[in-house]
Amino acid sequence: MKINFLRIFFVSIVFFIIVVFFFSLTQSSKYDTSKMVGKKISNFEIEEFYNNKLISEMELKKSNYNLINFWSSWCGPCRDEHEVLLKLKEINKLKIIGVNFKDKKPNAINFLEELGNPYNLILVDANGKKSIDFGIYGVPESILIDKNLTIVKKFVGPLKPRDYVEILEILNK
Amino acid sequence: MKFFYILIIFITSTLAHGSQNENLENNIYKNLRCLVCQGQSISESNSDFALTIKSVVKDQIQSGKSENEIYNFLSDKYGDWILYRPKINKINFLLWIVPYAALIFGAILIYSIVKKRNN
Repeated sequence: MKINFLRIFFVSIVFFIIVVFFFSLTQSSKYDTSKMVGKKISNFEIEEFYNNKLISEMELKKSNYNLINFWSSWCGPCRDEHEVLLKLKEINKLKIIGVNFKDKKPNAINFLEELGNPYNLILVDANGKKSIDFGIYGVPESILIDKNLTIVKKFVGPLKPRDYVEILEILNK
Repeated sequence: MKFFYILIIFITSTLAHGSQNENLENNIYKNLRCLVCQGQSISESNSDFALTIKSVVKDQIQSGKSENEIYNFLSDKYGDWILYRPKINKINFLLWIVPYAALIFGAILIYSIVKKRNN
């Protein structure tokens, strides 16, 4: 009886270890933003790029959907996604808000003059601290949010043509 | 003389408060994962992301936020992945409880075996 009990005990320990290893080894060790979908963005105040006026979350409630794009003139991949952003600007339902991240103002202005301005509103985060409120960890990064300030989708890295299609599908749902 | 004593008390209390904050900052940095680094904590990393997080943590300590409030803020923005010691939730509950349960169970088992042998 004692031997049976010990055997069951050791078999269950081995089974537990196998289960733990199975789940932990199949899990990605990279940061995954998909868990942030459904969360709300709140309590932020961030300066407007041209006139330093403080913009709060109320501004985001004016449009059904907002795409907040974090960009910088020194960021190479930001150039790559610019065409997609210009194409997204043509969608009426969507407001594109650019957050200029850790950049120099004259360089940012040159960047927009050279490539075109896809943004309905440009905000500025000179030291990168405000971007922490949005869960940003680099540029470019974009967040699609709805009227209730709920994150619908997060795009890490440059926006691709397939992201344009995905955003269009979300907006037409 | 009185002024001298007040000055000394002021300086020592300011220094003590400063080092207390510094200890708290370092504890928090060690428990935060650098999301753009390979296996480094915020404390070990000098990446741009780590420096920004350090500065945000420092600001929040100065504004009077507690260690848990800072963890809650960051896990709300980045998920539990940013914490090395995540909070107990429905998913990781078993992982927290099983080691303790196994320890207690093992102790009872050893105790009963030893007791039986002695008898």
